Amino acid sequence: MTILNPDLIEEIGHPEQFNATACMNCGVCTAVCPLGLEVLPRRLFHYAVLGLEDRLLAETEAVYSCLLCGLCEENCPAGVHIAENVRSLRSYLNHKVYGL
Amino acid sequence: MPLSTGDLIGLMADNLRLRRSVLPIPTRNVTRWARGLDLPRGGTTVLYTGQMYQLIPYIERLVRLEQHFGESWVSRFTSLGRRVNRIVNITAFMAHPSARTRAPYDEIPANVAHLLTQAGVQFGCLYSDDLYSGALAHDLGLDDLVAEQARRVRAVFAKHGVTDVITIDPHTTNMLRSVYPSLIDGFTVRVRSYLEVLAEQSLPVRTTLAGEVAIHDSCLFARRENVLAQPRDLLGRTGITIREPAGTGRSTWCCGGPLESLYPDKALAQARTRVAQLQQVASTGVTMCPLCLVNLEKGAAGAMTFSDISHYLRRAYAPQP
Repeated sequence: MTILNPDLIEEIGHPEQFNATACMNCGVCTAVCPLGLEVLPRRLFHYAVLGLEDRLLAETEAVYSCLLCGLCEENCPAGVHIAENVRSLRSYLNHKVYGL
Repeated sequence: MPLSTGDLIGLMADNLRLRRSVLPIPTRNVTRWARGLDLPRGGTTVLYTGQMYQLIPYIERLVRLEQHFGESWVSRFTSLGRRVNRIVNITAFMAHPSARTRAPYDEIPANVAHLLTQAGVQFGCLYSDDLYSGALAHDLGLDDLVAEQARRVRAVFAKHGVTDVITIDPHTTNMLRSVYPSLIDGFTVRVRSYLEVLAEQSLPVRTTLAGEVAIHDSCLFARRENVLAQPRDLLGRTGITIREPAGTGRSTWCCGGPLESLYPDKALAQARTRVAQLQQVASTGVTMCPLCLVNLEKGAAGAMTFSDISHYLRRAYAPQP
C-alpha cells in the first residue's frame, strides 16, 4: 500500500528552484549519469511530484549519493535544475529523517 | 556497520555552526602557506583560499578513520561522538595530519601568490580571517548554516575593505560568485579565479616546459563558472602538450570527490573510472581542484601521476631563482 502525501512538494520547499514538474521522464539524465543506475533523478523527482513520500524516504542513500556534478543538467532537454533539486531533497531529508 | 549518514552530516553541521568550518583546523595551519611571502593583510583585492587546499589532508585523515571505524564496534558510538563534539572539537583532534602530509597542499596557494606577484597584481590576504566558504555544507543541503557562514564572510570582507576577491579552487569560486549572491542580500564583491586573472595578464613564459598531460576539468569550473579556456591558454603557452580525454570541457566526468565524506567507497570507484579515461591519453594528469587532485591520486594508486595546474604554471611563469 502506498500512502500519498499531497503536501510533499511544499514540504520540500524552495518552490522557485524546485522544478521537478518540468521533468518529462526522457531518461537522458540516467543515460549520462557517471554513477549509472544508482541515482535516477527522474525517479526521485516523480516521487516528489506525486507525493510518494515513503518511496522517496526509501531512496535516502541515492539522494546523498548524487555527485552534483551537473552532467545530467548539462544534457537535460527540459531544463530541469537537477543538481539544485537534489540539494532541495537533501535539505528536506536533513529535517525529516535526521532532525537537522 | 557503516557510519550513519545523519551523524556525519550532523557532525559537519555542528562544526560549521559552532566553529565556522565543517572541519575546523588550527589557524596556524590555515595560514602556513603565506609564511615568508610578506603579503599585506587585507586591502581592496585579496587572494582568498577558503581553506580548501589546507583542509584536504584533514579530510583525508578523517575519511581513513571513518573507513576504519565504519566496520568496527566504534561505529555504534557516532551519535555519542557527535554530542561530545559539540563541547570539544574531537574531529580536529582525530584528524591530525603530519606536517609532511600538509606541506604539498600549502605549496599550491603559495604558487598562486608567486604567479600573481609575477603578473604585477597588487593583492593582500586575510590570514586568520580567510574563512571556509561552506561549500560542502551547501552540497549537503544545509542551507540555513551556509547562509549564516556567507554573512560571516561578507562581514570579514567589509571589515578589511575588500571589493575584489581572487580565488584558487572551483568550490570557493562557485560559492562566492554564484551561491552567495543568491543567499544573502548585498553581496557585491567581484570574484575571479586566479586562472582568469592570470589569463588576462599576458604573462611571459620564462621557462619553457616539455611533455604532455591529460587535462581534467573540474565540474564546477567547466559547467558552472565557465573556466575552460583560461587553463588551456595558460598551460598551452608553457610548451606542454594538452591531451583531452573522453569527457572533457563542459562534458567533463566527475572525479568522485564530492562523495568522499559520506561514501568513500563510491568515491573511489568513480575515481578509478575517471583515471581509466585519463590514462587513455597521457600518463600524467593535471587538475585544478583539491578534491579532484586527491581523489584521482587515490583512484590511480600510483599507476598515473597527478599535479595541480599551479605547479606547471609556477615553473613556467614564475620560476624560483
